[in-house]
Amino acid sequence: MNATIKRSIKNLAIWTAAWLVSTAIAVFGPILLWESNTLLSVIFILINVAVGLGMVLANIRHLLSLDEMLQKIQLQAMGITLGVTLIAGIAYSIADTTNVISQDAEISFLVILMGLTYITTSVILNKKYE
Amino acid sequence: MKNRLKVLRAENDFTQADLAEKLEVSRQTVNAIETGKYDPSLPLAFKIARLFGQPIEQIFDDEAS
Repeated sequence: MNATIKRSIKNLAIWTAAWLVSTAIAVFGPILLWESNTLLSVIFILINVAVGLGMVLANIRHLLSLDEMLQKIQLQAMGITLGVTLIAGIAYSIADTTNVISQDAEISFLVILMGLTYITTSVILNKKYE
Repeated sequence: MKNRLKVLRAENDFTQADLAEKLEVSRQTVNAIETGKYDPSLPLAFKIARLFGQPIEQIFDDEAS
């Protein structure tokens, strides 16, 4: 792994960690730190979105730092993840609106599915090209 | 697609890491090309050809033809 890729991974990890922290503050801040202060909630949601954009840009830089085969692996992993999440998300939403499931559909389940699908396909595809 | 990359690398006494550095790709990519698991793009194939001073068709062989 060359120095450019290592640097872009480190940069992406920092932005991802910052986004996680900003998400946690935006979610738990109104419960634990400020009670029903809408202005503070709006400010931290905007910070969360801004840090999220930084994370997306860091991810783009990381992808561009990869060589053509590693970019192909990422493209395939992301394509499979998009397909699985879209199909599962629509099915999950229909199950909610038609009362097939008793509880409300939660976006967090989709995020978990997205993460697990991406990790699994990345590992499988990296093994395939080893 | 078959290729002679491993042979050429050995003839030039390069490790996979050496070749990866010269081609500005990962060692994983060099290995995948050598084992026929990945076919390089035309620009990368030209880069390989220039590095070893040989025409592309002497390094890569399209089995279908």
